[in-house]
Amino acid sequence: MAIIDLANPTRFLTLANRVLPWLAAATALLFAVGLYRAMGAPDDYQQGATVKIMFLHVPAAWLGMFGWSLMSVAALGTLVWRHPLADVAGKAAAPIGAAFTFICLVTGALWGRPTWGTYWVWDARLTSMLVLLLLYLAVLALYWTAEDAGRGARAAAILALVGAVNLPIIKFSVDWWNTLHQPASVFRMGGATIDSSILTPLLIMALAFSLLFVTLHLAAMRNEILRRRVRTMQLMQAQQLAEAGT
Amino acid sequence: MIGPHADFIIASYALTAFVVAALIAWVVLDYASQRRVLGDLEERGVTRRSRKD
Repeated sequence: MAIIDLANPTRFLTLANRVLPWLAAATALLFAVGLYRAMGAPDDYQQGATVKIMFLHVPAAWLGMFGWSLMSVAALGTLVWRHPLADVAGKAAAPIGAAFTFICLVTGALWGRPTWGTYWVWDARLTSMLVLLLLYLAVLALYWTAEDAGRGARAAAILALVGAVNLPIIKFSVDWWNTLHQPASVFRMGGATIDSSILTPLLIMALAFSLLFVTLHLAAMRNEILRRRVRTMQLMQAQQLAEAGT
Repeated sequence: MIGPHADFIIASYALTAFVVAALIAWVVLDYASQRRVLGDLEERGVTRRSRKD
């Protein structure tokens, strides 16, 4: 099957039904290994056991940003090619990306209190991440409240593209401004600065969260395709009833 | 075992577990709901025009 064939909703549903159980099982297995390794990881010499919050906070931050990147690519598909699956992909990613961004912000606050002495500061990294959450909420509002679904989808796609400007701001905020948030310590020139005893469980947890994102996204896309079929069939039923009444 | 800041660590894991569980429940319940409505419509003889099977 060629990749382009998957752009057909019916073929996509067949593929999703086939791979979702395997993806869910792989996600559960990776979480079991990741959590076991995370609980066994040593305390940080400065932060103590609070470093365990990192195993949630960092993957959630990455996936919050990944979700918006995915929505931006899907937005191109919606606006340029007007492909219905692109809109389905964008709409399905929004609540999942928002949830991961929310997890990132709250676990960050819970990590900040014992390590920085405060839950929140208006520094560039924290503020740009909060802006990302607000952008997600704006996209969800467009999808959920638009009377014309097509216009809502196009408006959400434009916002997804405009909001992508925030992604490099989040990534480089710790380099461009003097922030309380630490600079990058995993993906940086010169390699990671984290000891392998902590880096390995972090990467396993990141992989587990990534698989969870993919699994949820495929499942949410499947639901959205079914919802659109239901809508089409309800409209046809209403049309048939109207024709029968005249 | 997890030091003087155990409350913050436990709260982080509990919140994450709650949000992930909510996401899973959302997709599972939504899927069941869409399948049920589709089944009802098909039982009443409503079909999509594009459907070839």
